[in-house]
Amino acid sequence: MCTYLTELAEIQGSGKGAAGYLPLTTAMVCVDHPQHAPFEHTVNIDFLNPAMGPSARVAVELTEESALALIDAIRAALAAAPPGLASAPQS
Amino acid sequence: MYDALLAETVTITGHGGDAIEAYSARPLTAGPLGSVVVIHHMPGYDAGTKEMVRRFAAEGFNAVCPNLYTREAPGASPDDASATARALGGVPDERLVGDVAGAAAYLRGLTSSNGRVGTIGHCSGGRQAFLAAAHLELQAAVDCYGAFVTGTVPEGFPLQVQPIGHLAKDLSCPLLGIFGADDQYPSPEAVAELEELMKAAGKEYEFHSYEGAGHGFFAVDRPGYRPQAATDGWAKILDFYRRHLSA
Repeated sequence: MCTYLTELAEIQGSGKGAAGYLPLTTAMVCVDHPQHAPFEHTVNIDFLNPAMGPSARVAVELTEESALALIDAIRAALAAAPPGLASAPQS
Repeated sequence: MYDALLAETVTITGHGGDAIEAYSARPLTAGPLGSVVVIHHMPGYDAGTKEMVRRFAAEGFNAVCPNLYTREAPGASPDDASATARALGGVPDERLVGDVAGAAAYLRGLTSSNGRVGTIGHCSGGRQAFLAAAHLELQAAVDCYGAFVTGTVPEGFPLQVQPIGHLAKDLSCPLLGIFGADDQYPSPEAVAELEELMKAAGKEYEFHSYEGAGHGFFAVDRPGYRPQAATDGWAKILDFYRRHLSA
């Protein structure tokens, strides 16, 4: 089904898209049909910079298990680093 | 038999007078021909949808698919356009109706047109085909497994669309529904609910549900493709249009 479900988050960072690196401002997460992954539904994450147009986009399509494993990996990596090391206010 | 056809990108007038991109395919005959507005699915105005437009032309219908994401993402690839439109909240129902109206006007304006226009959509487009048929003067509508025409929205489910089954009484034309018996959205219960609404409204309809098929079984490039159901479904669609879109 098309779930229409869409979650948005403001983000800061960069990603590598079809035309090289770009600054990212928005992450969009939805559980819906993928474009490419061989499943009927996946967790689709788009890293976007709407001000730079539709092609300013880094896209991934993950199974539910993969998405949850990714969340755990991100949390584990952050927990292993000194608190605040990768936070936005850096001197 | 002369079977040439022309397929090309055109510009049509959509909702609010906006110029929107569309993919058109027409048999190169004088007609008179029936016509079909193809509503693309949420993943976009993509190669698979354009293939459907050409199929209808090869079967003797004028056909056009408006790019519902033209405004947000002109010239973008289908997947990028889909992501952009989604981030902006998707296609509003009112705008969809206006764009289908523009596509129908384009088709009726072709010199080979017999004035009769049908519509078809899959998945989100199935719901939108029903929506368009409830608001516009059409001659045939096909809903292929459109979720949330009817059905109960699960608790806590952050849907941005609402069921529209109550519009059954407003349908301007017969409805063909093609469903997968294993689909959960729409579930067999939701399909039964829609059937009851069609009966209560006294509207002409025919529904077909395929055993062993789930959501999206027409899509040849997805794992849910079911060749037998899809082949029979196509035959049902073409038969329905030949009966209702002939002059």
